Amino acid sequence: MYLTKEEELALAGEYGYALQKAMEILVALGDIYGAERLIPIKSAQIAGVSYKNIGEAGIEFLRDFVDAGAKVSVYTTLNPAGIGDDEFMAKQAEVLNLYREMGIEITSTCTPYYGANLPKFRDHIAWSESSAVIFANSIIGARTNREGGPSSLAAAIVGKTPEYGLHLDENRKATVIVDVQAKIKTFVDYAVLGYHLGRTLGNDVPYLRGIKPERMEFLKEMGAAMAASGSIALYHLEGETPEYGNALSGNLETVTVEDDDMKAVKEQFSDDWDRIDMILIGCPHASLFEVKEIAELLRMRGRPLKIPLFLTASRAVKALSDALGYTETIERYNGKIIADSCFVVSPIKGWYSGIATNSGKSAFYFRSFGFNVRLDDVENLIREAP
Amino acid sequence: MKFKGRRIVGGNAEGELIVSYKPLSFLGGVDPETGIITDAESDIRGESIAGKILAFPRGKGSTVGSYVIYALKKKGKAPKAIIVGEAETIVATGAIISEIPMVDGIDVSKLRSGMKVKINADSGEVELLESGE
Repeated sequence: MYLTKEEELALAGEYGYALQKAMEILVALGDIYGAERLIPIKSAQIAGVSYKNIGEAGIEFLRDFVDAGAKVSVYTTLNPAGIGDDEFMAKQAEVLNLYREMGIEITSTCTPYYGANLPKFRDHIAWSESSAVIFANSIIGARTNREGGPSSLAAAIVGKTPEYGLHLDENRKATVIVDVQAKIKTFVDYAVLGYHLGRTLGNDVPYLRGIKPERMEFLKEMGAAMAASGSIALYHLEGETPEYGNALSGNLETVTVEDDDMKAVKEQFSDDWDRIDMILIGCPHASLFEVKEIAELLRMRGRPLKIPLFLTASRAVKALSDALGYTETIERYNGKIIADSCFVVSPIKGWYSGIATNSGKSAFYFRSFGFNVRLDDVENLIREAP
Repeated sequence: MKFKGRRIVGGNAEGELIVSYKPLSFLGGVDPETGIITDAESDIRGESIAGKILAFPRGKGSTVGSYVIYALKKKGKAPKAIIVGEAETIVATGAIISEIPMVDGIDVSKLRSGMKVKINADSGEVELLESGE
């Protein structure tokens, strides 16, 4: 890989241990994946935040890195934190403090684009949360590979990333055409479609046609499910996403999605209400519109929920919800908005055993953790819930 | 006998091989306190990688696995060197931050646990010293 003089010096340790290690990571990845050079990034988004995931090993590494003077050089935000008992929360605070000491903005969300970390078309970025990666690539047309925690941290410190994968035009072309013949209308229809595509396509770049999403949240949800049940990092949607016009070249295989495919997924996540003890909305983190919708649905229901409803959102959206009175409404009906955290990365096994959700991604993970799962649109969940 | 691979992390090491023929996840697959393989799907489950030269086809699983390699190193339970068929982000990053010599591009199906090898990771060379039979 070609390195500038500055980069050579950093790699040689002229600017200290932290920058050297970060450079070593980027250069090794560049060599492994055939990058020709490093390119500047506009922002970073780092995974490896929940103490449930990184554990003592991660804390130890972060502390050594902070002690060695690690500082980020581009705007950087974090993935959601975990929620647990007091001991867990103390460890979680320690993790966040270490990241703060590196100059990272301690907003911990899978939807950084609802706050201050919003890239523009064709920006190179180094993000790691899989649902944010697919959102940035597909809906915004920014460019990022699916980074890991350490590689996104290295990119944040150096301010660069190796130029390979989805940073290059040729790798952003569609590899398969998806002809959607199933009727896709609601939020959960999109979640189920995403789940099915992730399962069946693996890591393709699908070119979808036949759907017309009413809201951006539907695409956010579809992408998150695709990236959870498979490892898709970019899709194109005919007539909708910014790069669809250049996405097709050569002869591509076409697959179709029928109503039966959708039904097969929905049936997997249809546990009865008596096996459900919490409702989880906001995976990925809810938009302000989604919060407002929940507040209105609860008001229409008119009586409090017997099981708790947790709505996860970024701190930015929570602050607006507080100011606009949605938080108060939701709390009146036994709901709670939880900012900058995520149940998927929290040690909640034992606290709950069954979740009702509108999220394909949550359905996927909680089923894999051994939970009962009921997947349905919020209108139905809030109307039917005990 | 010598195998020629590619340098991922430089350095030298000599020691006994422990070989897995399946992709390895460090997060949830290796106990960071002891260096013992805990992955139920692993063909070397229950064996220790501490102080050995670990060879396997490729990494898999969570990228947090890199930090598990770091924890092993801090506890003195890390492998002396890592040999893989194909390097990917998780193990490469873990080896870099832990300063464990690592080479890729080696056909691990030719290696057996118990063999003694010498690695020059800078040149990517793995030399077989004793068959270990």
